[in-house]
Amino acid sequence: MKFKAMTAIAALLLSAPAAMADEEAELVVNGDLNLVTRTAAPAHLADSLDEVLSGWRFRSDETQALQLDDFDNPGMIFVDQAMDTWGTVDGEKGKSCASCHDDVETSMKGVRAVYPKWNDSAEEVRTIAMQVNDCRENGMGAEKWKYTGGKMAAMEALISLQSRGMPVDVAIDGPAEVMWEEGKELYYTRTGQLDLSCANCHEDNYGNLIRADHLSQGHINGFPAYRLKNAKLNTVHARFKGCVRDTRAETYKPGSAEFVALELYVASRGNGLSVEGPSVRN
Amino acid sequence: MASGVKPRVKVPKKAAAGDVIVIKTLISHKMESGQRKDKEGNLIPRSIINRFTCDFNGQSVMDATFESAISTNPYVQFEATVPEAGEFKFTWYDDDGSVYEESKKVAIG
Repeated sequence: MKFKAMTAIAALLLSAPAAMADEEAELVVNGDLNLVTRTAAPAHLADSLDEVLSGWRFRSDETQALQLDDFDNPGMIFVDQAMDTWGTVDGEKGKSCASCHDDVETSMKGVRAVYPKWNDSAEEVRTIAMQVNDCRENGMGAEKWKYTGGKMAAMEALISLQSRGMPVDVAIDGPAEVMWEEGKELYYTRTGQLDLSCANCHEDNYGNLIRADHLSQGHINGFPAYRLKNAKLNTVHARFKGCVRDTRAETYKPGSAEFVALELYVASRGNGLSVEGPSVRN
Repeated sequence: MASGVKPRVKVPKKAAAGDVIVIKTLISHKMESGQRKDKEGNLIPRSIINRFTCDFNGQSVMDATFESAISTNPYVQFEATVPEAGEFKFTWYDDDGSVYEESKKVAIG
């Protein structure tokens, strides 16, 4: 009897998540917007994951709290900056974002949830950053922004905010399927001197410690993410580059076809989670 | 001259008389510490918010001096007792002489 009780306790201890803060905590922004941070995994992940968890769930109480109120969310400063950029004329055609897209709150609603997305006329899968630079180059006659630069990250944050709370719903069939398969291939391919694939950390070891930090499942629903470690917004491709570098490999370039494919695949792994951007991470 | 400076304040619109309320303030500012050097090795001159004050109906609630180690986009949160309806006035003083102001009314009810 006593032995049984002991094993029960041991089992409890073992099954307790190695990691995360309050298991039951829910992400409610400004007291009225409920975000889905835990949901059933999309069908294509049936063999590997039962449920998908937002990176928010892996952070400490203090970091989580920063995302509960927009006033406390440092990412919102950059949203304000992008709001100014939205209405500012740039380039030789004398246009601003607002000249074509009008009010960002209506024109960009739902955009973040479905990107990266197949673009029919360009016949390629496009990320939001590619679309923004296409607008700047061809629509405005302005200089392209650096793919992972501050202006791009801020604009992505502004666009993401208009879809906040909507479920990520990236299409993986149709013309995008080829690229999605390429992204999947990359996700499971080991790279670098450490010989690690994305899956080794984010699928096999999420919740475990990597040095002093908890590995998340690596979803990108929260991007662009304000990171406390560098006090700025970080784009998806900058994070990919950091991860691949950490495996001690030569990385692909931000904006490269490889990273676009990977972004499409990784985004689709988080289908069903809420768009959180701009999120706060450590 | 600091650019892109924008003060933000969050104060409850209503409070009961005698209530202690939480006030959150943030000003976007690069807070150049004066200790960094540019590519040529020249010192980048200090450019920070050096003082922050909050008044309620003319009475001082807080008055703080900021030094060069205060981070970019300084965020200050504090509590204040609201004895009556009135207005909070917030003032940030920049090294370059600029003064940024913001005010919020609080009603009793």
